[in-house]
Amino acid sequence: MNKTDELNELRRIIGLHKRWDLLFMITGIIALMIAILTFIALFAQMLIDGMPRLSWDFFTSFPSRRPESAGILSAWVGTTLVMLVTAATAVPLGVGAGVYLEEYAPKNIFTEILEINVTNLAGVPSIIYGLLALGLFVYQLGLGQSILSAGLALALLILPVVIVATREAIRSIPVAIREGAYALGATKWQTVYDHLLPYSSAGILTGIIIGLARAIGETAPIITIGALTFIAFLPPSPITEVFPYISFEWLTAPFTVMPIQMFNWVSRPEEAFQLNAAAAGLVLVVMTLTMNGLAIYLRYRMRKNIKW
Amino acid sequence: MQTSAELNQYKSHVRALNFYYGAFHALKNIDMALHANKITALIGPSGCGKSTFLRCFNRMHDLYPGNRYDGEIILHPDQVNILSHKVDPIEVRMRISMVFQKPNPFPKSIYENVAYGLRVRGIRQRAVLDEKVENALRNSALWDEVKDRMNDLAFNLSGGQQQRLCIARALATDPEILLFDEPTSALDPIATASIEELIADLKDKVTILIVTHNMQQAARVSDFTAYMYLGELIEFDETDTIFIKPKHKQTEDYITGRFG
Repeated sequence: MNKTDELNELRRIIGLHKRWDLLFMITGIIALMIAILTFIALFAQMLIDGMPRLSWDFFTSFPSRRPESAGILSAWVGTTLVMLVTAATAVPLGVGAGVYLEEYAPKNIFTEILEINVTNLAGVPSIIYGLLALGLFVYQLGLGQSILSAGLALALLILPVVIVATREAIRSIPVAIREGAYALGATKWQTVYDHLLPYSSAGILTGIIIGLARAIGETAPIITIGALTFIAFLPPSPITEVFPYISFEWLTAPFTVMPIQMFNWVSRPEEAFQLNAAAAGLVLVVMTLTMNGLAIYLRYRMRKNIKW
Repeated sequence: MQTSAELNQYKSHVRALNFYYGAFHALKNIDMALHANKITALIGPSGCGKSTFLRCFNRMHDLYPGNRYDGEIILHPDQVNILSHKVDPIEVRMRISMVFQKPNPFPKSIYENVAYGLRVRGIRQRAVLDEKVENALRNSALWDEVKDRMNDLAFNLSGGQQQRLCIARALATDPEILLFDEPTSALDPIATASIEELIADLKDKVTILIVTHNMQQAARVSDFTAYMYLGELIEFDETDTIFIKPKHKQTEDYITGRFG
């Protein structure tokens, strides 16, 4: 074989190998399209069905036996209040646990087991949390089938997400910054409060939002607790006209949430209720996407402002 | 017991210092004196333990589990052994400041960076803070460059300026000893020159211990030099002696570039 033949042979082999590149690229694009197109189709169907039902009245009306006058008022108010309880519980507990594990916990076998379990908790099916909440909050602690019980159940559910996000955000702070604070004579708490928490706040916030976005769509644990599917009244207002102007009565009120309202409508035989379900689904998806968008934006801002 | 003249001459004595990272014996039986208001350089090949030694002085090793000190680092004039379990590492770090290898300003304003050590000590009065911050920035030759932008984020400064900011931060609390861990290894030659000049100027105010990879730097700035190898202190003497006629063959080989 002379040089030209050798080169031609080489080119033939390269061409042959490159065919695999092309093949994989096509497979990859198809796989991606299946995922994206499915979502787009679902969303489009929901948009077509639900859009005409979306009006101011839809947000300000209680559910009704007549589909055209039914709305999601009690559902979105319930969802908002439950999320309030979830956030108020999961944030201090999750951030506290994350900071402890990352900064304070001694490195021993006990902490290691604890760490593995925290990560595993994120994989526990949500209905298990519902059962736990039913047994513990509803019956043992006597909190009833209330907003408080639901909020606490969802807080347990997203706690691992918040803990892991907190730890990762703190861990991404360079050792040099941490040592810089300690070298000036700062105590652990001063280092955490003055440096680690402020510098990781965007990352922690991202984790909280992603956790809440997951909680907002959860149905199983809420049903397990015993949320009502048809509620034509609002919980007592948190703000009152007489001193002390805030009331916590709403915490013990019965409630419903968006996904349960949807579930209720979907299970009706009438076509018109299906359209209501689509409209409520649209609202729920927009809520979740907005929260995720906010999380992405915060992460982007954090990366732009703090370059380690 | 030392005489008072000796006490004034020395800032610190290291006696039979051993240090262990878990089972690894990183520092072996080190004895050394730190002369007051002088610059002492630690040189030696990578992994010889010079940074490990430096970080004993502010008990940085206490931050990580499994580290163990043995021996004494006596601080004069009060003759306290800063390695003792009875001495709080936070107290040690308040007396002995450190400047790191890479500039590590906090993502805060220039002012807050310098003021942080003071805030940790509970100083709240604005006038006191202002004065001490200005003094520290003047002493680190940064004041003229930053006096009009004290609320700017420290990250907006150049690398050399950031390192001088870190020096100001370490100086603001009037430390007794200032530790430098290869302070110019991340800087360009011009910034390096300005930092070296600054270090030389600072010895009137504070005793300085500096780790350096760069032998010329040790020769240029230091009064005393310690040569370390594999966790042992091979030779310690006045810088001129070390560089002109070292007693040990090994020191000479390292300094003349035959190994390391």
